[in-house]
Amino acid sequence: MIANTIIYGFVNSVILLLVALGFNLTFGISGVANFAYGALYIMGALLCWVFLNSLGLPYFIAVFLAVAGTAIAGALMYRFVLLRIRGLVLSEVIATFGIGLALLELFKYMGFVGFEYSLPVISDISIEIGMVVIDLQRIFIVFIGVMMAGFIWFFTHHTRTGLRFRGIAQEERTALSLGINTDRVAMLSVSFGGAYAAIAAIFILPLGTINVEQGYSVLINALAVCIVGGLGSTGGLVLASFLIGYGQTFTVTYLESHWVMLVPLIAILVILVIRPSGIFGKHKELEERI
Amino acid sequence: MGSSSLLNVSGLYKNFGGVQAIDDLNFEIAGGELLGMIGPNGSGKTTAVNLITGFVKPTEGEIRYRGKNITGWPPYKIVRIGIARTFQMVKPFYQLPAYKNMIIPLYSPRVKKIVGGKYGDRDAVALDLLEEVGFERDAFVAYKVASVLPQGYLKRLELAKAIALQPDLIILDELFSGLSLAEVASIVPIIEKLRQQGKTIIMIEHRLKELFRIADRIIALNFGQKIADGQATEVMDSQEVKNAYLGSE
Amino acid sequence: MQNAELNSSGFKKKRKERIDRGIKVRSSDVFALSSWREMLYLSAPRLLPIVGLLILSIVLSQYWQRVLLSVSVFALLAISWDILAQSGMVSLGQALFFGTGAYLAGNMNHYWGWPPYVTLPLATIFGGLLCTLFLIPVLRLRGIYFSMVTLVLPLMLVRIIEATKIFGGTEGLSGLDSLPNRWVEIYLVITVLLAALFGFRRLMNSDYGLVLKGINDNDRSVMNAGINIYWFKTQALFIAAAIGAFAGAFVTHVYMFVGMPVYALDYSILPIAAAVVGGMGTLAGSMLGAFILVPLSELLRGTGGLRIVFYGLFLVIFTVAVPEGIFHYIQRKYHQFERWVEVK
Repeated sequence: MIANTIIYGFVNSVILLLVALGFNLTFGISGVANFAYGALYIMGALLCWVFLNSLGLPYFIAVFLAVAGTAIAGALMYRFVLLRIRGLVLSEVIATFGIGLALLELFKYMGFVGFEYSLPVISDISIEIGMVVIDLQRIFIVFIGVMMAGFIWFFTHHTRTGLRFRGIAQEERTALSLGINTDRVAMLSVSFGGAYAAIAAIFILPLGTINVEQGYSVLINALAVCIVGGLGSTGGLVLASFLIGYGQTFTVTYLESHWVMLVPLIAILVILVIRPSGIFGKHKELEERI
Repeated sequence: MGSSSLLNVSGLYKNFGGVQAIDDLNFEIAGGELLGMIGPNGSGKTTAVNLITGFVKPTEGEIRYRGKNITGWPPYKIVRIGIARTFQMVKPFYQLPAYKNMIIPLYSPRVKKIVGGKYGDRDAVALDLLEEVGFERDAFVAYKVASVLPQGYLKRLELAKAIALQPDLIILDELFSGLSLAEVASIVPIIEKLRQQGKTIIMIEHRLKELFRIADRIIALNFGQKIADGQATEVMDSQEVKNAYLGSE
Repeated sequence: MQNAELNSSGFKKKRKERIDRGIKVRSSDVFALSSWREMLYLSAPRLLPIVGLLILSIVLSQYWQRVLLSVSVFALLAISWDILAQSGMVSLGQALFFGTGAYLAGNMNHYWGWPPYVTLPLATIFGGLLCTLFLIPVLRLRGIYFSMVTLVLPLMLVRIIEATKIFGGTEGLSGLDSLPNRWVEIYLVITVLLAALFGFRRLMNSDYGLVLKGINDNDRSVMNAGINIYWFKTQALFIAAAIGAFAGAFVTHVYMFVGMPVYALDYSILPIAAAVVGGMGTLAGSMLGAFILVPLSELLRGTGGLRIVFYGLFLVIFTVAVPEGIFHYIQRKYHQFERWVEVK
């Protein structure tokens, strides 16, 4: 029982992490609000589905195109909407929120609801780790999740473009004066965020069906993880997703499964009381802004 | 009440994630003094002010005002016991007229407490205060929107906002920066008048000539520490101060 | 016209000039009281909503009266949003206040049998208090945390209520007491709406409101003026939360039901859309936005899910293209006019 919980808890945590990474990349690290994240997540999955089923493309091509397509959607969203309201956080949040909303409800309206909308798993095999049976898909998800997290950390700390992502969030004018095209970097970050959303969706959603309502859950979970872990900190995100992930798994196993949704809420409330800017949050209060 | 000092800073340290901005700072100021604080850029002058006025919390150390320990108090509490400061980068509410900018300090609880009851007409008080800092009443300068006012007036507005709080100790952070000699000359009488009213003043300045004319005493900072404390002439003669500004061999 | 310059095509150079209308200038002074015309100019904008609402409440059919109720409720939520926005807090979850007030009223009525004239004021006050307490920790942080938390909380609460089945769970609490009759309903909400509009508009235009707007603009400066900005923000939050809670409690007694839908996104989004479309920063603009969007959404009822698509699109389009909102545009036209003048 315990072994089961530990293994599945790990998987659950990585799923949360994977989902939150893209949001954090755009918003926490680059400082560009993207509340259409949930919609991009679903869009990635739906694009993949369309490429696979309606166009009959082979799996890897469909995945690649879906990810690329979502990335492009992100870039377009930046180019036509965010660009004009850059810097006005309120407007950014409202506008991207509006887009996300419109997209999700549009998907619902267009009828992408139902059991036939599901993505295939990588493989049907299940393996045994010790006494625990676990399917390959979940292992794959963990693998992808760890890699993506590692990639973000490496990218934002050791590559030029990644450092630029952080630069534009910290002090845009300085970034500009250093020759960084902040608009292009911001657009890239929204794109990347979108791509991450798509990748997460494509590998997580095979566990169930593509449910448009998930678009909102994804946003909620991403927000919860970011609030608890601290916007902008990949390390904090990891810690937070494990805290919440294991919390949820333990709740399901040892308490009742419908308390599951309480876990992120309690985590948020607790963190707000003891350390409001998140576990490793950098954006503290007045002190940091003098 | 031990010493006669109004403000007493002892053993102050502030570390900003690796940068030791304030490194064992100790100084005091007596009531009625005009203390000048000088030092090269990055020596910690503004950080010291931020620590005293509560915008930043010290890592270690103590700050006492009239014997009371005010270390780590939030800014609004510091203002309410009688300390006011101006900011180096003046940032008024640009879309509001100058006199409307004064409303917010006048809304402060301390001001209500001292004057007693509600200001009958805050606007009138604002206009009076602005006139005292040199906003010509017949030219209606006080009615102009802050975004059209030149730096000289904005600095005076900043000063007026501090004076409005009825402080006993005023800390001026580079008030003279960005001003012409004539503008500085026109502000000095206002500072003199504050001194006559018995107020204690700390002035951080880079404009040493103008500062030395009015300051009673000077302290010099470098790398977060006090390296000199005394009359202007002795401070400027100190080898350490010269090294701080000009570099050593 | 000596020395008039000509541009390259041979026309005299012109520019657009915008100046106050004569009547605005004449009425901006005490002498306005000496002329009926000027007094009418000043009072018309204020009388319009009052008279308009009174007339509408009488002449509309029962169906459209219900719509008017809905409009008023959303107008209250939009005004609440606007007050927060002016104070530097962007709420993405008006539903939090709405739902909390609704559930408080519903529970008090269902479990303790308290009548509406008791539950309404209590739900307003305690709904406001409860939500404020929840959000106080976030007030010290950057504004975006406030937005994130207000967004997340109602969405989470829906799922929690659904899962734990408290407060009636998915079915909610029904069979609650209603208000005496539909005239009480409509006049109660209209009175509250007008009181909120004029009362808080006055507040926001006073020195108190100036402090709040100052906190939004430059909180460090306000802090430096010896004002405890967090206490002020808390006050603004309480006011807005209480307004939202009233709206929720009111709706509970009108429909005699409270359930998970009170925390729905609709109640969060439409107020924002109303404020954005109508004009942020003036409570009247937000109300105007509600008066436009709610009937519009009623007309679009047939399209089902597309309704929210439209809100979403409205939000985007107005935020990007017409950021000042309709009210500001109208206000500008009312007070000023434009004309071409020669460049000398």
